[in-house]
Parts: sequence; C-alpha cells; structure tokens
Amino acid sequence: MRRREFIAGGAQLAAGLLATRVAFAEARGGRARFVLVILRGALDGLAAVPPLGDPDYPGLRRELAFRGPGEPGGALPLDGFFGLHPALGFLHECYGSRELTVLHAVASPYRERSHFDGQDVLENGTSHPHALQTGWLNRALSASPTRGGREAGVSLGQNLPLVMRGPAAVTSWSSSRLAALDEDTLARITDLYAGDALLAPRLADALAANAIAAAGEGDGGMPKPVDGPGAARGKARYAEVVRAAAGFLRREDGPKVAVFDTSGWDTHANEGAAQGQLAGRLAELDAGLAMLRTELGTTWKDTAVLLVTEFGRTAALNGTRGTDHGTATVAFLLGGAVAGGRVLADWPGLAAHRLYQGRDLAATLDVRALLKGVLAEQLDVSPQSLEREVFPDSSAIRPLRGLIRA
Amino acid sequence: MADSIAAVIAANRFGLGARPGELALIGTDAREWLRVQLRAPPPALASAELRSSAQILAQALQVRREMQAERKAQSAASLPVDAAQQRLPQFLRPIYVTEVSARVQHAVATERPFLERLTQFWTNHFAVSIDKQFLAGLAGSFEREAIRPHVLGNFGDLLLAVETHPAMQLYLDNYLSVGPNSLIAQRRARHDAPHLGINENLAREILELHTLGVGGGYTQQDVTRFAQVLTGWSIGGEGGRFAAGEPGRFVFRPEVHEPGAQLVLGRRYPDEGFAQGVAVLRTLAHERATAQFIATKLTRHFIADEPPPAAVAQLADAYMRSGGHLPSVYGALIDAREAWLTPLAKYKTPADYVVSSCRGLTLPLDAERAALAPFEVLGQRTWQPGSPSGWPDRSADWDGASALMRRIQWAEAVGARVGSRRDALQLAPELLGANLSAATRQALAHAASASQAITLLLAAPEFMRR
Repeated sequence: MRRREFIAGGAQLAAGLLATRVAFAEARGGRARFVLVILRGALDGLAAVPPLGDPDYPGLRRELAFRGPGEPGGALPLDGFFGLHPALGFLHECYGSRELTVLHAVASPYRERSHFDGQDVLENGTSHPHALQTGWLNRALSASPTRGGREAGVSLGQNLPLVMRGPAAVTSWSSSRLAALDEDTLARITDLYAGDALLAPRLADALAANAIAAAGEGDGGMPKPVDGPGAARGKARYAEVVRAAAGFLRREDGPKVAVFDTSGWDTHANEGAAQGQLAGRLAELDAGLAMLRTELGTTWKDTAVLLVTEFGRTAALNGTRGTDHGTATVAFLLGGAVAGGRVLADWPGLAAHRLYQGRDLAATLDVRALLKGVLAEQLDVSPQSLEREVFPDSSAIRPLRGLIRA
Repeated sequence: MADSIAAVIAANRFGLGARPGELALIGTDAREWLRVQLRAPPPALASAELRSSAQILAQALQVRREMQAERKAQSAASLPVDAAQQRLPQFLRPIYVTEVSARVQHAVATERPFLERLTQFWTNHFAVSIDKQFLAGLAGSFEREAIRPHVLGNFGDLLLAVETHPAMQLYLDNYLSVGPNSLIAQRRARHDAPHLGINENLAREILELHTLGVGGGYTQQDVTRFAQVLTGWSIGGEGGRFAAGEPGRFVFRPEVHEPGAQLVLGRRYPDEGFAQGVAVLRTLAHERATAQFIATKLTRHFIADEPPPAAVAQLADAYMRSGGHLPSVYGALIDAREAWLTPLAKYKTPADYVVSSCRGLTLPLDAERAALAPFEVLGQRTWQPGSPSGWPDRSADWDGASALMRRIQWAEAVGARVGSRRDALQLAPELLGANLSAATRQALAHAASASQAITLLLAAPEFMRR
C-alpha cells in the first residue's frame, strides 16, 4: 500500500500549535466564512482526481483512463501520484497557490448504494439514514460562538436542504422575477400568520434574507433571474446562485455560512474523459468556483469552501462507458482560509483485493473527520459539541487538524 | 359539523382542492364521493395534439441524426455548431409544453380529483426527469401510456408497463446494457472492440424505488444479477446505440440478452429471454416488502409526513390480500381512521398549491406556455424532479422561507389579475368549509380591495395546507 501524506486525527499537531490556532480564530472573529457545496448524484472521484501512479488504474478505466500531465487530454499535475481532471483549471490554480486541499478515498459511514439514503447520511451527520430530521451544519451553527446576526446561514434555493434544517435560525433565498410584495398586504399576512408556528418564523426568515439582499444592492447587488434555453440557462442559474452566495457572505452583518447544491453527477453511461458529459459538468463547477472567488473579493481570504458528494462510483467502467454507484470518492476544500497545496489520502490501492466488495475504491477517511476539522477551525465549534450534538456517537472519529491556515 | 369537515378533507387531502360547489356536491358522504371516483375506467387526456411516445421518439431520433450530420458538415466548414445543437431541444420543447398544458387543464377541471391525485402519485413514484436527453418529449406520453391506463388496475401490470416503456428504458440507461456473455459481446470480443457489459441503473432503481424499497432485503449481488436479467430490454431505432426494429418502441434483443438462469433474491429464474425479466417483476410485485413500501408512501402522501403505522398496516394487508389490486389498496386508504383526523397539517407542494388555487378561483387557465410558468416559478417544474426518486413528499422539503415568499408573491400577482371578478369572502367558505378560521374570515372581510382579499385567501395558513 502506498501511503500519501496523511494527517491522522491531530496526533501530529503539538499542543502549542493548537493554542496558536485558537488565538487566531478569535482574532479572525466574525470574519470567517464557510460555503458548503453538495454534489448530488455521486461524483466519480477516480475521474475527478485520477490516481495516475496506481498501477491498477489504467486497466480499470480502460479507454477512459487519463494519461499523465503534458500528454494530449492528460490530467493536470498534483503531487506526482494523483492528477486533476483537465476541466478543473481553476481548482488547479488554487492548488498551485496553496488554496486547495484534495482529500481522497473519503466516504461517509453509509455503506449501501442508494443516492437518497447516501445523501441523507451525508447531511444528517449520523451513521444511519433518517436517524435525525436535522442537519449537522445547522447543529454546528447552534453551537458556534462566531455566529453573526439573526440569520446564521443561508441556503441558496427556495427550500432548506436537510443539512441546514434544525434549531439555528437560517434562511433560504433565491432570485425571483415576481414583484415585491405590497407593504400593506405583507403587514396583513404577517398578522394572519401570527399564531402559526411554521409560517410566522418562515416569513420572518424570508424578510430578513430580503433585507440583507437589499442592503447589498450598493456593492453589485443580487443577481436577477436569467432566461434562455437549455444549457445556457443551466449555466446562468449556476452563476446566479454563486453570485447570491457571495452577496450574502460579503456582508459584515450577514450570514457566516452559505449552502448550495449541484446535480448531474450520476454518470451511469457515456461518462467521457477529458471531453464529454462529466467534463462538461466539472467545467461548469470549476467556472462557478472561480466566479465565487471573484465575487467574494477580499472576503475570499477568510473563506473555506467544501465540496462533498454522497459516495463514489465503481472503480471499473461498466459496460456502457460509465460507472455505477460505489463507495469512496474525493472531497475538495478550497479558499483563502485553507492551508492547501496538498492531497491528503491514505491510499488503499486499486488492486482487486483492495477494492471494497471487489468493486469500489475503499474508504480510508470518514468524511466526519474532515467536517469536524473544518467546523472546529473555521467556525470554532468545540470538540464537545462536535462529538455530542453535531455528529452524535462519533467520538472515535478524530477531527482532521491543520486544514485551515494558521 | 363533523360531516362538513369530512367534505373539506375529501376535497383537499384526497382531492386537488375544492372547486366552488364541490363541498356541497360531496355532501354528507365524503367516503362515497371518493369511492365513486374509482369505479369507472380512468379517462384519457383529450387533445388532438397529443402523440404517442413511439411517434415522438422516432421523430426525435430522426432529428438527432440530421443534427449530427449538420454538425459534421458545419465543423468541416469551420462554422459554429451551436445552431445545430438547438435542433433537438427545439423539437422537444413544444411537445413538453403541449403535454403539461393538457395535464394541468385536466387537473384543474376534473370532477374525479382523487383519481388525478393518484395518477400524479404514481408518476412521481415511477419518476422520470426531463433533464435527461429526449425525456422532455417523452415524460407526458409516458404518463398517458404507462401510468394512466393502470391506475385502477393491478400493481404488477402498472410495473410492467412502466419498465417496458421507452421513457424508462432511456431514463435509467437500460437500453444500452449488454450481457457480458451475450452473442454481441462475444462477437465484439473477437474483434478486440471496446468492452460491452451491463449497466445496473434500472435494476437498482426498480428494487430500491419502484418495488421493495431501500430496506427491502436485496444485496448488491441481487442488483447485478437482476441487471443481467434485464439485458436485451431496449428501444428500436436506427441501430447503433438503439436497436434495429420499429423506431421508438420497446424491443427485446435476444442477441444482447445475458444467457443462462439467474438467482435473484434467492429464487432461480431460467433463461426464457424477455419472460425472465417479466417473471422477476411479477415476483417483486407480490413481495410483502413491496406492499409495505407502497403502503408507506401512499400513507405519507395522503395522510401525514410520519405515516401512522396502523394505517400503513391496513393498506399493506389490503395489497397482499388482493394481490396488488390497487383499488382495494385505495379503499383501505379511504377507510383508514387516521385519514379523517384534523388538523389538515400537510404543507402543499408547489404543484398542489397552483392547481388548488386555479380550481378554487376557477381561473381560466391559458393554454401553452402560461400553464407552465407557475410551476417553474414556485420551484416544481412539471416532470423535472431531477432524480429517479421523484419529488420529496414531506412538508420540510417544501416549506422554505424563500419558497413561502414566492407563493405569497404569486398569490399577489393572481389577486391583481383576478381583481374584483372573484369575491374572496364569498369563495372562502366554498373552498375551505369548516376549516376556514375566524382570523382568515376577518382578514378577508377587512381587506383593502378585492384583489388584496384574493391574495389573503391564497396566502391563508389553511390554504397552504391540505
């Protein structure tokens, strides 16, 4: 087994360093920002970050295996062992400027292959689907001392994904072509909802989000919804979401956390390699993240963006030049606050006997170790909260340390 | 009073929201009003413009061929290929618009709203999504051909109609799946051509989403073997990725089918070609896990986000006793005590909200594009759940702050459009009956204008729920 640089559960971090970090987090105070992007549909980690140095990789991926850097359609160079999908040019730039950490062979504790249960576990923060009706990020916001105004987080979209549901006050926001409400009508509806335990707080959340959005009008403002056919509209909506996220996070008194999701990662057939279906989706994602950095401006230096997906895909291609549901995959952590320029992986290898159930990349890192590390260092969530409320029954999973720049 | 709340429940929880006069029509026997809707055969959607999926798909394949030829010619002449790219969407889009418009008009006008809600339930259970190529043109005909005719039939027949429909074969990739030891794969191997093999997408989703449910006791091995059983289930076309044969229709291709018996969920299925897959579907349709899964989903949809176990058990028993006879299962739903309890707490989905508003206000629904807009604006674009699990069915999935704001904004736009042509104060008891609160009645009575009153009625807490 080839071992890559790997930080195991904080063991390498001296107590002195820890103290420095805590002090720094306090100094950063309310400026730290966190963006969670959920890639729904199971991203193929072996295509996004191909293990070029693994001798079993070319045989499994056959005609879709990436060649090395410099060759036509070749992967972009990372650390010599892993490469990066050539559609991820912005991420590669971040890697070069030490603002991207790639984590590989990562998985949630879920070991079946249903997207929907897989996403549920990824978001509820336990080991089991449907074990909780609230999400780890909302619970972390409840426990975080650095939360800002009333709305600690915002979800870009009409509704809250499970990861954001829970006791902490959060809101959702989406741009709309519908006319703003008449003030008198709004006052009457507010009265009508006064006794309603669901609608009264929801309406208040919506008004709070609108107020923050309106306050941002001066510095670029919130995006307007875009029309257009098919793919163009898809790309435009991506840009809309990213610009809105940045619009909220730039506000000093605004939410500290933004969440959005993307779909289209379920590549069962004709996945493609340097070109094709997955390449197109990755290029859109990459462009969206580049736009996020631009839109965040000086806030980027205090921001950490985490990209996670519910599980990976089969190590081998299936019979239709795609991949079926698998187990471990990659996660990306990027942003000005990230101590990047690294691939963190305890690489299990792709030899037949190393694969999980003989078919999937095996998991060597529980995604909760990554999530705990980010929440501890970026949002100052205490170890006790992380173990008890945020990720119940997870004391065996030690947080990854040193993910955030000290 | 008890009778009148039963009418409100029948019209809203089981139906699509009351039209004026509907509560009076339901009268004192709400259960019988529901049962009557299940007696006659389901109606077909009436519109001369609606075409069969085989016709649509055959034409779409033709358009794609022309598009590919054009693209080749253009790139040879160094011209931009964007115009060619748009040909297929431009062909599919009007079909989608016509289909959605026919469906919405039917939902708003129907006098059998329970039947229509059941139809939409099954379409969502067997979800396809128009974000995949061709599906924008096929989702409507899929519902008309595979779902509607079987809503009052047997689950096993519904299941077979769905899995052999070209839309489902396309959506879950099975038409491409090849048995690793099939004649075609062996021929390819001799020529050292790219590897062919199975695609397990459809097999997995049949087990997980269509029949047994995720905890239904199948293993990865069952998925793989079932996928081998389903090899050869495909779609006729021009050859290439589509089989030869009648374009746009389901075909079984023996040369692609994996030979040999298969062991699925502990049962051996001899190789009888197409019939092997049919036999597995028949078994699945009669499993207790399937009955339990269907019962749970129906109970969640009609009764409560957390389905009462006693009601689930009654529905599952009715399913098993009747061998999956769906009207018997619906009968158990009507008979469930929990279905008739107040409060009406389930938060409407955006689609429910739009349809019930149109029914309640007897809005003249514009045909074509305008019929689509509210569903898109409120976040539930018709036939685009984005994944094979369909739209989620719990309040928390729909009650976001931004979603609520949009509903209210849309209600205000509707109020402005309707103006004084509707009297909200007079309509409110017709739509909400015994569920109309004193606070809402007061707000309507004191509204500043007729249009504001309409907005307040549609925004009222009791109109947001069913």
